[in-house]
Amino acid sequence: MDAKELHSLTLTAAKVRSLALDAVFAASSGHIGGSLSVADILTVLYFHTMKVDPADPTAPGRDRLVLSKGHTSPALYAALALKGFFPQEELKLFRSIQGHFSGHPDMVHVKGVDMSTGSLGQGISAAVGMALAGKLDKKDYRVYAVLGDGEIEEGQVWEAAMAAAKYHLDNFCAIVDVNGLQIDGATADVMPSEPLDKKFESFNWHVLKVDGHDIEAIAAALDKAATLKDKPTVILAKTVKGKGVSFMENDAGWHGKAPNAEQYEKARAELAAVLEKLEKEGK
Amino acid sequence: MGEKIATRAAYGKALVALAEEYPDLVVLDADLSTATMTNGFAKAYPERFFDMGIAECNMVGVAAGLAACGKKPFANSFAMFTVGRAFEQVRNSVAYPRLNVKVVGSHGGLSVGEDGATHQCCEDFATMRSIPGMVVCCPCDGNEMTAAVKALLDYDGPAYLRLGRLAVDTVTDAIPGYKFELGKGVELREGSDAAVIAVGLMVQKALAAAELLAAEGVSLRVIDMHTVKPLDTELVLKAAEETGCIVTTEEHNIIGGLGEAVCACVSGSCPVPVVRHGVEDTFGRSGKAEQVLEHYGLTPEGIAEKVRQALKLKKG
Repeated sequence: MDAKELHSLTLTAAKVRSLALDAVFAASSGHIGGSLSVADILTVLYFHTMKVDPADPTAPGRDRLVLSKGHTSPALYAALALKGFFPQEELKLFRSIQGHFSGHPDMVHVKGVDMSTGSLGQGISAAVGMALAGKLDKKDYRVYAVLGDGEIEEGQVWEAAMAAAKYHLDNFCAIVDVNGLQIDGATADVMPSEPLDKKFESFNWHVLKVDGHDIEAIAAALDKAATLKDKPTVILAKTVKGKGVSFMENDAGWHGKAPNAEQYEKARAELAAVLEKLEKEGK
Repeated sequence: MGEKIATRAAYGKALVALAEEYPDLVVLDADLSTATMTNGFAKAYPERFFDMGIAECNMVGVAAGLAACGKKPFANSFAMFTVGRAFEQVRNSVAYPRLNVKVVGSHGGLSVGEDGATHQCCEDFATMRSIPGMVVCCPCDGNEMTAAVKALLDYDGPAYLRLGRLAVDTVTDAIPGYKFELGKGVELREGSDAAVIAVGLMVQKALAAAELLAAEGVSLRVIDMHTVKPLDTELVLKAAEETGCIVTTEEHNIIGGLGEAVCACVSGSCPVPVVRHGVEDTFGRSGKAEQVLEHYGLTPEGIAEKVRQALKLKKG
């Protein structure tokens, strides 16, 4: 990746964080912690990896993304707005009765959303179905599913993992946002799921591991996944919940809580400082 | 009366028969293809058949993904598992995003027989009709099932289809002008004293009940309500107005099924007595299918008794 693209992606990820925070604050509700941890992953997917066209959001040949950890919709909606699927101003209506931005992704009403999700464990199955359809139709689109590491406690995830391996879905890539936290605390305490690499390997998947905040590494892993044949690929992306806002980082308490006005100003200032620096560097 | 065939057998044949006409039709099963009778399709069209193993929740989700890419998936297992175990997947991954998935529940009701209560789903109408936008369909015989599969392929949206295990008499082929239309019931027998509104294999038993009652001088109208949702309210209200009392009969809990749907319909527009016949809020048990049905009163005589009750409640 050249320096220009890296800078551009880093800047976009900072904007995703900022817009997600604004949306959650405007709604006084929403899941900010996981939105901040998944921001870099979604940015690379939409702005480096995936072939999608905001002018033709349902093109049959497009790549597809299922946000299986649907509660981090603020980051998804922000990425879609920045990509041009709808105006950024509409994000003010996140979770609002006046808008159509449901708390969890809604494919019927929001352009660019490929699958309605929110009930954990279900999105990956739909993504497997999309990848199966791609194989059946001999199309070359790729399908991505983004999961949380708490989410994979759902048995359905492993049902889907077996099915993806059975059908040799090498057009399918799952990315697990491994931030180590879920509502009730550390995943290691609530329901230990490690070693995830060995689990997926034993389910006959290709396994890649990256720092989920290293944009170049995420992009390289996704590029590599596209070349791996015969099996689906999982990218285990180690992340920090609340990444980018000092007082939210690694705190399970920020899973599903909106900041108050004072907290918002502090968070916004931190994210704005990063944005400002990146924008200056870009000039 | 036509041949005796289980609706699941007619369903399996219909899938194969319609496969060429509907190239987007794909079939999923959860290790029960020999029982749901999707095995014929699996053999004829292996590339369009997906055995997802004993994992119904994933199967329904995969079907949703296939539908999101333009396929017309039929996802199969026993009713207990497609709509029981995978209820939430049907609600959130299929119905909420309005995806074109046909959720199929074979072995509905008590007529599963020997397998017993764990496999006798008498809650599927209730759960499926409570989901916004779901169509709920349960044909009474092989002839009706064949037509229903085609109608469901032509219908773009989420639907639930119940199949029966037991071989049943074909009755709809003898009806002059019989035409299957989703959401439209069929009057199989004229009658003026009372109307029985039946679904699934209770349709045949309702016709037998009409014969029993005819001997007592009672003229019983028999309506085959193959689509439980959306309910054919026009036909229900016509029966209420013209006969003055209704009995509903279903191989399902009397809570939440056809009976309650009919009650809701008449209570707001033409309040006449409605007596519900079905499984009286209890679990089933093992036995030969016909013995189990008899044990729970799902017989022509059981229906006739409810009609006598309804007639007593009738005004005037």
